[in-house]
Amino acid sequence: MSLQSTMAEVLDRDHVFSFMAPQSAANLNVDKSVLLYLEGISVSFDGFKAINDLNLYINDGELRCIIGPNGAGKTTMMDIITGKTRPDSGAAWFGQTINLLEMDEPAIAQAGIGRKFQKPTVFEFLTVFENLELAMAGDRAVLQILGARISGEQRDRLDEVLELIGLKQLPQMRAGSLSHGQKQWLEIGMLLMQQPRLLLVDEPVAGMTHQEMDRTAELLTSLAGMHSVVVVEHDMDFVRSLAGKDRTVTVLHQGSVLAEGRMEQVQNNRKVVEVYLGE
Amino acid sequence: MFLWRIMKDDRGGQILLVLLAAAIVLVPILNGLPSDSALHLPTYTVTLIGKYLTLALLAVAVDLVWGYLGILTLGHGAFFALGGYAMGMYLMRQIGDRGVYGNPELPDFMVFLNWQELPWFWQGFDQFWFAAIMVMLAPGILAFVFGALAFRSRVSGVYLSIITQALTFALMLAFYRNEMGFGGNNGLTDFKDLLGFNLQSDSTRIGLFIASALALAFSYLLCRYLMQSRLGRVCVAVRDAESRARFMGYRVENVKLWVFTISAMIAGVAGALYVPQVGIINPNEFSPLNSIEVVVWVAVGGRATLYGAVVGALVINYAKSYFTAELPDIWLFALGGLFVLVTLLLPRGITGLLRPKEAV
Repeated sequence: MSLQSTMAEVLDRDHVFSFMAPQSAANLNVDKSVLLYLEGISVSFDGFKAINDLNLYINDGELRCIIGPNGAGKTTMMDIITGKTRPDSGAAWFGQTINLLEMDEPAIAQAGIGRKFQKPTVFEFLTVFENLELAMAGDRAVLQILGARISGEQRDRLDEVLELIGLKQLPQMRAGSLSHGQKQWLEIGMLLMQQPRLLLVDEPVAGMTHQEMDRTAELLTSLAGMHSVVVVEHDMDFVRSLAGKDRTVTVLHQGSVLAEGRMEQVQNNRKVVEVYLGE
Repeated sequence: MFLWRIMKDDRGGQILLVLLAAAIVLVPILNGLPSDSALHLPTYTVTLIGKYLTLALLAVAVDLVWGYLGILTLGHGAFFALGGYAMGMYLMRQIGDRGVYGNPELPDFMVFLNWQELPWFWQGFDQFWFAAIMVMLAPGILAFVFGALAFRSRVSGVYLSIITQALTFALMLAFYRNEMGFGGNNGLTDFKDLLGFNLQSDSTRIGLFIASALALAFSYLLCRYLMQSRLGRVCVAVRDAESRARFMGYRVENVKLWVFTISAMIAGVAGALYVPQVGIINPNEFSPLNSIEVVVWVAVGGRATLYGAVVGALVINYAKSYFTAELPDIWLFALGGLFVLVTLLLPRGITGLLRPKEAV
């Protein structure tokens, strides 16, 4: 930069220096109707390539199922998206403007990516209601949460979610005393309170009965449209019921995409059959 | 009402505050009774209880970070001692020319070391307001810097405990050195008066007792206010599932940093009230053992209740005083036995006996 242009910049009264500009100002931009871009991502742990040149695009409002055998890199992929793991190479963008690789977990969560863990993780010591309250979208700065109150509107939203996850009778129950299935539901409820644009759901039906599974499938399908949902799942029946006839299913294998397409295409793909059933 | 809102679900805290209020009223009356009366409370006992109350305040500070936030701090004694030193420096300056060497400007130990002028960090400590600010600022800044480094780099669990331990140990070694300018291993002592009141007089001792009780009550309310807010629930969330809280968008390191700093400042106040009542502050207060003992008080009283910390501190310190006087040979075993029994039989501490069983 020449001295002259630097001077002009410094003397310009309306100029906002880049280091002064608010960082979170990057708004989510989905002009191209793609919400999440993962391009050429690789990561290795002690020489083992957990993710190998992974390319994945999630459309805005899409419900995407991701399947793959154990060790295919499904959880590592979620770790990368949510900022827990830094990839060795590649790019990860949320919309057109937000570079996920420059952000840490809280920043990514606040940008609108919610995550449900494989093992249900709720705050066991707190009540069901308090769990949902903490998940509620809003300012998370220390001073703000010190004086935070629940507004009428938020109260309605809390009741709505309590109803939806079937825990309306138990708002004051310690989350630690819930059954396994109830915890799964509570965690989904917490995600809903967070109102993320993208929901990453890791094995949501592990340990659920068939009835609960159907309800979960129903709920996840109803979420698509407003939110994009990425479901990682082992259970083929569940994936089949979730993907239906026209949703995309992605198969991961050894850290990269093996096949992508509608459920029946994927099921008939020779490579997929090999990986799943052995040579 | 504000007070009622933060205290309404805290039966133990209500009882504690009522007892503190009663003590503030009754202790001066009982102390004023003629000394042959059966109910007379000797000044020695008043000071002893006052000392216990400052230790209880330290326990509350530890409970705030350990009980609610899950940071097992084994170095809170450092913040306590720093607060104590700040108060001690003020008291040293108050001695004036009544010291052994009669130097109006320099404390005795500096004259003894042949120092010609007051070091820069002693400036201002002749003013009470300055010392009062430093009582909170010095531990606060140390905790803030320490916390910013430790929590940003996500040191947690046992490693953090060990670092806190190292912190207080390093400070102990530093304060033992004469050239640090804090009196070396003798520390600061031979105090004469505080704000113009003679420290040996009964009325000053009663005043210090009342100040300790008030400090405990106010700090209790402050901690209670913090912990019944959403911030408090975030603390518990961080304690139980830190990464979940992080993926939910909470800046865990900031939450930890602020609560840790506030806790250190409370510990500093406790130290500042402790020093005039015991009449000495020396580097031994930094000893790692002291900090570990505080954690034991909290565990014995019951974690994450705040009032449990007070109960634990009072019970153990009373037991310590009693056993050292009555059973000097076996008091260590008695104390050790108490810890083992409480840990084995009462995982929720003494106060856990009184609380309804929680379903977890």
